[in-house]
Amino acid sequence: MTSLTITHIKRPGADRLESVTTENGVIKGWNLPPEGEVLDGRGGTVAPAFIEPHAHLREPGQTQKEDLASGLAAAAAGGYGTVVSMPNTSPVVDDPATVRALIEKAEGLGLARLRPAAALTRGQEGEHLAELASLKEAGAVMFTDDGRTNENARVLRLGLEYAHSLGRVVSVHAEDASLRADGVMNEGPVSEALGLPGNPAAAEAARVARDLEIVAQTGARLHIQHLSTARALELVRAAKARGLPVTCEVCPHHLLLTDEALRSFDALYKVAPPLRTQADADALLAGLLDGTVDCLATDHAPHTRAEKERDLLEAPFGIAYIELAFPLMWTHFGERLGLTRLLDLMTAAPARVLGWPVPTLEPGAPADLVVLDLEAEREVDPRTFLSKAKFSPWAGETLRGWPTLTVVGGRVAFRG
Amino acid sequence: MTAPTTLGARPRHLLDFADWTPERLTALLDNADTMNQVLDRPVRKVPALQGLTVCTAFFENSTRTRVSFELAARRMSADVVSFAAGASSLSKGESLRDTVEVLTAYKVDAYVVRHPASGAAHLVARYSGKPVINAGDGRRAHPTQALLDAYTIRQEFGSLEGLTVAIIGDIRHSRVARSNAELLPKLGARVRLCGPATLLPADLAALPGVTLTTDPREAVRGAHAVMALRLQQERMAGGYLASLQEYADHYQVSGALLREAEAGAIVLHPGPMNRDLELSSDVADGEQSRILRQVENGQAVRMSVLYHLLVGRE
Repeated sequence: MTSLTITHIKRPGADRLESVTTENGVIKGWNLPPEGEVLDGRGGTVAPAFIEPHAHLREPGQTQKEDLASGLAAAAAGGYGTVVSMPNTSPVVDDPATVRALIEKAEGLGLARLRPAAALTRGQEGEHLAELASLKEAGAVMFTDDGRTNENARVLRLGLEYAHSLGRVVSVHAEDASLRADGVMNEGPVSEALGLPGNPAAAEAARVARDLEIVAQTGARLHIQHLSTARALELVRAAKARGLPVTCEVCPHHLLLTDEALRSFDALYKVAPPLRTQADADALLAGLLDGTVDCLATDHAPHTRAEKERDLLEAPFGIAYIELAFPLMWTHFGERLGLTRLLDLMTAAPARVLGWPVPTLEPGAPADLVVLDLEAEREVDPRTFLSKAKFSPWAGETLRGWPTLTVVGGRVAFRG
Repeated sequence: MTAPTTLGARPRHLLDFADWTPERLTALLDNADTMNQVLDRPVRKVPALQGLTVCTAFFENSTRTRVSFELAARRMSADVVSFAAGASSLSKGESLRDTVEVLTAYKVDAYVVRHPASGAAHLVARYSGKPVINAGDGRRAHPTQALLDAYTIRQEFGSLEGLTVAIIGDIRHSRVARSNAELLPKLGARVRLCGPATLLPADLAALPGVTLTTDPREAVRGAHAVMALRLQQERMAGGYLASLQEYADHYQVSGALLREAEAGAIVLHPGPMNRDLELSSDVADGEQSRILRQVENGQAVRMSVLYHLLVGRE
């Protein structure tokens, strides 16, 4: 019997201070006599802990960049209770034993929950399906070849059908590799002025169009990762209007940064898909507002400082900021989105994408909770990151609305 | 030394021309005249950079450019050290930052940087804290080449004001084209960039003073200077060209094409030339060619750049 009581918290939209008590990993009830450990929520707003549908935790094999301990601690600090980890590690997560080992190791850490995604194809090479049924049994919650693109459309089609029969969603990094070619940033006037190889918006739109035709043909569920262009979003909007079973995610960095950032020649801003134009960012925000975009994801993609200090051709793709997702969104888009919609995009929405029960604050629900101080303002100091990637595009920026407490399964995973 | 206000703030680096006012650039070209006079003397050496150490850091091969810079620095009495590394050896281990920090620990006063990645010279400036001259970074910029082109044109016509310069070739991959497209309009010239559509990114039309055309006759018509760019033969592998013959047949700067230009037009090439591919031999060796003059002027222009960046700074 483990109990925990959080006092002095508000439910979203309410002014009244309440307390919640958890017992054995579930919410026992509201405003009960305190029992077990008692934590003061200091007037913060409580919500179901966030769900990250797309993060790179780099274990196994790339633990100089991140590992389960640092990545899940960073996630908890960002208010996340659950992280879906991408399988493009070394080796690739394409066998049931690795899935089990990752889950077991993560459980021992007492941080955010790990829910691994597994590769759709062996070695993520896009040619032979991985053992999806066995991977599902081992605990894989999603199948994806993220990090690679699914160039063989027939194999993707087969994977979608097989995964669909297993009740698991497939997600895709939608870029046509031949159109993307050696692009390191968005193709446009900025890339041409900088003399850097461009990745055209058409690479994403063309691949989304192809994949939507496969969805239409098969009726199988598809989730499109990190949409970055207005055009691809428009294709998804039209597909949803047709009733196709497609969902998509957008990353805060594609809302907040544009290709202009590359004028610094700083590989901090090198990410795949690339930072696009302001018009694209505006369209993505409109998609969040009108519901075309289903959920938020950070695509937390840590690398070592030395790797990101390389030149723009050599440096790897990725930005890591799972600790900043809520403050960034609340500071910049809180008014436009409103708290309810923003919380939905980070909790219920990813759960729906993954086919999970929608998290609630009701008695009996899992005691995965975040307490947010919506007024707190703090300067971003990457040296304090729990992630191993202690650098950030937003270093020195003052953000508002920080997680102060993250509880996972009734245990404290982060206390700010 | 405080620069007269008409020149604008003195830039610390020559990475591209973003921080350089037209007045400052004109002063730099004027000063190259003085340097050319030094090069005509029996003893071609002045003490301007005595006691300073210039490092040529070449992460990509270019013997000609390195020799030109090293001679320029030596003729001004600088000590010169050369660092050469293939980009591949960097990717094997030591980062650009580590390399630069090691070189800076040797008390280098200024860098001349050539690198295959656009923006690498900016990174060297950031990591070293020392003045950096960009000797070519990826497709991005090759400012001293553009300066020596401008200088050579000016030598011919007295000024760039109102002139038209046609640049023909693989614009997409050319730092020379980008630097000239940035510099020449600042000095009053119009630039026409020309090449096959696959090698002519439409987005470059956003640059001020620059127009694009895929028709070489249109590019050359009425031009005062015609520059042919080196065609990298590996572009064939990238699928940009059907064949070298196809390119030569339609885009070679030939005698016939040159007749469309102004009567006194001059011909430029940044070297090294693929004779009879991007430029016919009769034009390369003809009386309108200023290709060897460019090479000569390169040294004077580089001396002037070193002087501007290094002399009179505390």
